[in-house]
Amino acid sequence: MSAQTAIDIRNLSLTFQTGDGPVYALADANLTIAKGEFVSFIGPSGCGKTTLLRVIADLEQPTSGSISVNGLSPHQARLKRQYGYVFQAPALYPWRTVEANVMLPLEVFGLPKAERRERARKHLDMVRLSGFAKKFPWQLSGGMQQRVSIARALSFEPELLLMDEPFGALDEIVRDQLNEQLVKLWNETRKTVVFVTHSIPEAVFLSSRIVVMSPRPGRIIDVIDCDFGLDRTLDIRESPEFLKVAHRVREGLRAGHSYDE
Amino acid sequence: MSSVALQTPREAAAPHRVWDGLRRGALVPVLTLTAIILAVWYLACLPMNRDLPQLARVEGLANRYEAAWSLERPVLPAPHQIITELYASTIGTRLLRETADGLVLNPRNLLTHAWVTISATLAGFVIGVTLGIALAVAIVHVNALRRSLMPWIVASQSIPILAIAPIIIVALGSVGIVGLLPKAVISAYLSFFPVTIGMVKGLTSPDAMLLDLMRTYNASGTQTFVKLRWPAAMPLLFASLKVSISISLVGAIVGELPTGAQAGIGARLLSGSYYGQTVQIWSALVMAAILAALLVALITLAEKLTLKAMGARP
Ligand SMILES: Nc1ncnc2c1ncn2[C@@H]1O[C@H](COP(=O)(O)OP(=O)(O)O)[C@@H](O)[C@H]1O
Ligand SMILES: [Mg+2]
Repeated sequence: MSAQTAIDIRNLSLTFQTGDGPVYALADANLTIAKGEFVSFIGPSGCGKTTLLRVIADLEQPTSGSISVNGLSPHQARLKRQYGYVFQAPALYPWRTVEANVMLPLEVFGLPKAERRERARKHLDMVRLSGFAKKFPWQLSGGMQQRVSIARALSFEPELLLMDEPFGALDEIVRDQLNEQLVKLWNETRKTVVFVTHSIPEAVFLSSRIVVMSPRPGRIIDVIDCDFGLDRTLDIRESPEFLKVAHRVREGLRAGHSYDE
Repeated sequence: MSSVALQTPREAAAPHRVWDGLRRGALVPVLTLTAIILAVWYLACLPMNRDLPQLARVEGLANRYEAAWSLERPVLPAPHQIITELYASTIGTRLLRETADGLVLNPRNLLTHAWVTISATLAGFVIGVTLGIALAVAIVHVNALRRSLMPWIVASQSIPILAIAPIIIVALGSVGIVGLLPKAVISAYLSFFPVTIGMVKGLTSPDAMLLDLMRTYNASGTQTFVKLRWPAAMPLLFASLKVSISISLVGAIVGELPTGAQAGIGARLLSGSYYGQTVQIWSALVMAAILAALLVALITLAEKLTLKAMGARP
């Protein structure tokens, strides 16, 4: 494993023990993610994407197999606060202003007040919400709230940005805008990003690598490299190269389904 | 053009603004309901009091009603009799009295008794709320306690307070604790319960996602409590405080009954019934209702201010 490895997953399986018997969420997953990559997990609902992300973040324990994050166990990485996690819903604290929401992790880490303010300002700037620092979450649209939650995840400059269908609940127009902004943001920060989605265009547009997963139990069926340059805009979605990658992803998803039958 | 069109409905509404304001507020429904209750009350005075000897020889409906509304010891006094008694026993009586020890509260004034009850209520409320919150925090944080403590807490409330109040008063009295404290203990015994139930619910109300977020930050239990669970519980805390303060008052009054206390709303109820002074009983009851309304209003105000500071949607 090289020093450039961010996440190394070996033979990872996870079975939930439930009242109606075991649920096999992940089966024998193998994957290596290098530092600075933007990796998307794509697959049908319920295939274990969230579970895999939660295992990486030490929110769920694997049943077997091994996983390391920047050379540490997920637990050690969590203790070192290496994770910026963005959920499907903005998960803002309603009694905190936008600024105070972004400062929440910084308060938990015990940063001095002046630095908290400075970082909140900087990261709200990054997601283009400088004018909304003093507003409360309910005064913002859904897309703006999700940008606040991204600013919150970035505010402590974590090693890893984990995003679980962050734009899944937004309409397509807002989603497109945020996709474009996210590429810029990734370009600026060069963070390792693990991104969960079930939208093919979103995965192809954002990622440097796409991991296609089969229906439950989640298996990795294909890993597709894709690179459309750092200054890409939404226009590339019409290009033949883009459509080719999208086609391969779709084929992978279809092949995954045929396992069932 | 369009600005004219936009303004017209608002201007048309202008003459009715005061009326609209009242209608939107609670004033009109409250006044209507009060009027209906008063009417029924006045009408009920004759049937309720018809067996009293004073009415035996009064003829004619109008005369009978007139008499029924001004009886000295009615079964059901008329509202104005209660108001007159309330006035006479508060504003119409000196609040302070000179004795050898200096100025003291005059026991003939109903406000003196209100104050005695209120101080026990507030003391019991503070004890009860503190205990209630402490229990909720323990239950939420120690899983074993949820199963072991909860049945006891629920069982504690199934014992009739009227049965247990004398026991508490006598037990505490035997170790020399008398006066305000035993009453406060009875208040606390009643008032901790809604706070515990409300706060267990409130402290566990944050979404799994918000709790997971704190975990990704590796936040301590204390940080999660202070920054997430506690603020999330505020709406439920205030809801339970309103229930809690009213039953604190009930507890304090009940605590004044078994020993025939010398002062307090409960003492007034007791002496009123002892001497058949129904008007005095009713005015003490009305005083208790006024106190309860004031206390709940205070908590509602604190709730409004707190939730506003927490950015609640207006
Ligand atoms: N805590 C849990 N207990 C039991 N089953 C779970 C739990 N979390 C997820 N699952 C199940 O595991 C499977 C994978 O879920 P998830 O990772 O959320 O899928 P995805 O994010 O791809 O939609 C689903 O069938 C889901 O019902
Ligand atoms: Mg999911």
